[in-house]
Amino acid sequence: MTAWLKEVMFPSVIFLANGKSTKPKRSPMVYVVPILLVLILISMEITGFDFIVLFTRGYQFFVIVGRMIPPDFGYIPKLINPMIETIMMSIIGTLVGAFFALPLAFLSSDNIIKNKIFLWVNRFVFSIFRTLPILIIALFGKYVFGLGSFAGTIAIAFFTWLIMTKMLYELIETIDMGPFEAVESSGAGRIKTFWVTILPQILGQFISFILYNFEMNVRSAAILGYVGAGGIGLLLNEKLGWREYDKVGMILLTLLITVYAIETFSRMVRKKLS
Amino acid sequence: MKDTILLAYKKRPRTWIFNISIFLFLVLIFYASIPYIPYKGIQQNSISIAQSIIYGILQPDFSYFLDFSKGALPYLLLETIAIAFLGTLIGAVFALPFAFLSSRNIVPKWVAHIGTFFIAVIRTFPPFVYGLMFIRVTGPGPYTGVLTLAVSGIGMTAKLFTESIEDLDMGIIEGLDASGCNTIQKIRYGIIPQLMSNFVSTAIYRFEINVKNASILGLVGAGGIGYPILAAMGAYRWKDAGTLLFGLIVVILIIDYFSGRLRKKLATGL
Repeated sequence: MTAWLKEVMFPSVIFLANGKSTKPKRSPMVYVVPILLVLILISMEITGFDFIVLFTRGYQFFVIVGRMIPPDFGYIPKLINPMIETIMMSIIGTLVGAFFALPLAFLSSDNIIKNKIFLWVNRFVFSIFRTLPILIIALFGKYVFGLGSFAGTIAIAFFTWLIMTKMLYELIETIDMGPFEAVESSGAGRIKTFWVTILPQILGQFISFILYNFEMNVRSAAILGYVGAGGIGLLLNEKLGWREYDKVGMILLTLLITVYAIETFSRMVRKKLS
Repeated sequence: MKDTILLAYKKRPRTWIFNISIFLFLVLIFYASIPYIPYKGIQQNSISIAQSIIYGILQPDFSYFLDFSKGALPYLLLETIAIAFLGTLIGAVFALPFAFLSSRNIVPKWVAHIGTFFIAVIRTFPPFVYGLMFIRVTGPGPYTGVLTLAVSGIGMTAKLFTESIEDLDMGIIEGLDASGCNTIQKIRYGIIPQLMSNFVSTAIYRFEINVKNASILGLVGAGGIGYPILAAMGAYRWKDAGTLLFGLIVVILIIDYFSGRLRKKLATGL
């Protein structure tokens, strides 16, 4: 054991057949493992992490799970409308976000915009916006537009807009600029050139980004109800509050089926696109 | 020459039917959504609220940052990072078996299908549902946050792990096999070096997301800076909310920057 440890910490020199010697590189684990251990111990201290509690009271986790089974199937009719509302919020939010992402991505790509200062300021401002969790955005939305699905849709649109912009400009920066230069040199304006040369190149990826974001948004739309921003999350919050766990189970099951169906559909389309 | 150009131009693909149908489809969707997403106008005092939040974020009260007592801003940020760190680590460890069990090149196809479905189930439940379940186990506080992030992180981490496992270059393992390595040696020299950087990169990415998720934890009282932010917003204390948000934004920006650099380094080789 100690010999192995010594070998890891101070690798011995290897002599090759031709008489030359070489020293193997020290494994990065030598620094990484102790640092990780210290960080883990500090974090455990701060969060009060305790294995004993987990083992002695862990079964409590399954108490609620047990109460969700069997789900209340009679509750389905009341779930259909909120579920459609959630899906609608995600569709509209994603589409609106994607629509506005295109021009912003155009303004944030370093192979189209040559003004470094403008580019830098632009990206920095939007990377600050991107740090805002969707829940906080939804809360802003709630204060501005009042309770309901409109605020949630705005939050989803805003969030999609920011993420999609980043995905798009990273994509645009990797594309073939040949057609762009050719069309630009024939006298077309920057926007027109973008439209005819770059858009066709990114269109397939763009659609697949839209689908990917849509998937994500259906999932987060379920959270938004928690702050009163509409959709099925509103019901989930209510039933959790009233401890009607069989209904909670039904809501989660509906959500699961919907998300799984959307995911399968979107994966199929994306596979076809690529 | 000119004729051939004109001929080619005449034969250009006519996409207008396709374009119009997409346009009609979009119009239809927006029309169908009107009853579900009613616009009720802007709240009366919304502009002053928005102003005070932005004012709070732009002009944070820096005295908050100098208060190092428990429950003050620096401690909350540290707690948030600690929760995210432990949650990511535990989640990543638990994601490993799930990932191997749903990789098509490791296990039979039907096992992989069950594995992927299981991952999808874990991913679907919103994090605060796990939070509410874990509160029964550990009571409100940061410990619950760790467990919540760990479990809700398993889904995404396992999915990304699976992708890198399915990309494994089997040629290297066959090569080791041919030179007479045993199973442990094959794993040590054939599989771990291929997966390590991808796994670490995924874990760092998840850590980034988990720090952002701290605000969701606040909903169920699972520790971190989330609850104070939500409470401040709920009580219309905009200046407090703005300052707390400013702290969170700064921390996330710093973490994003370093994790981006680290992941770039991992992708291109140490």
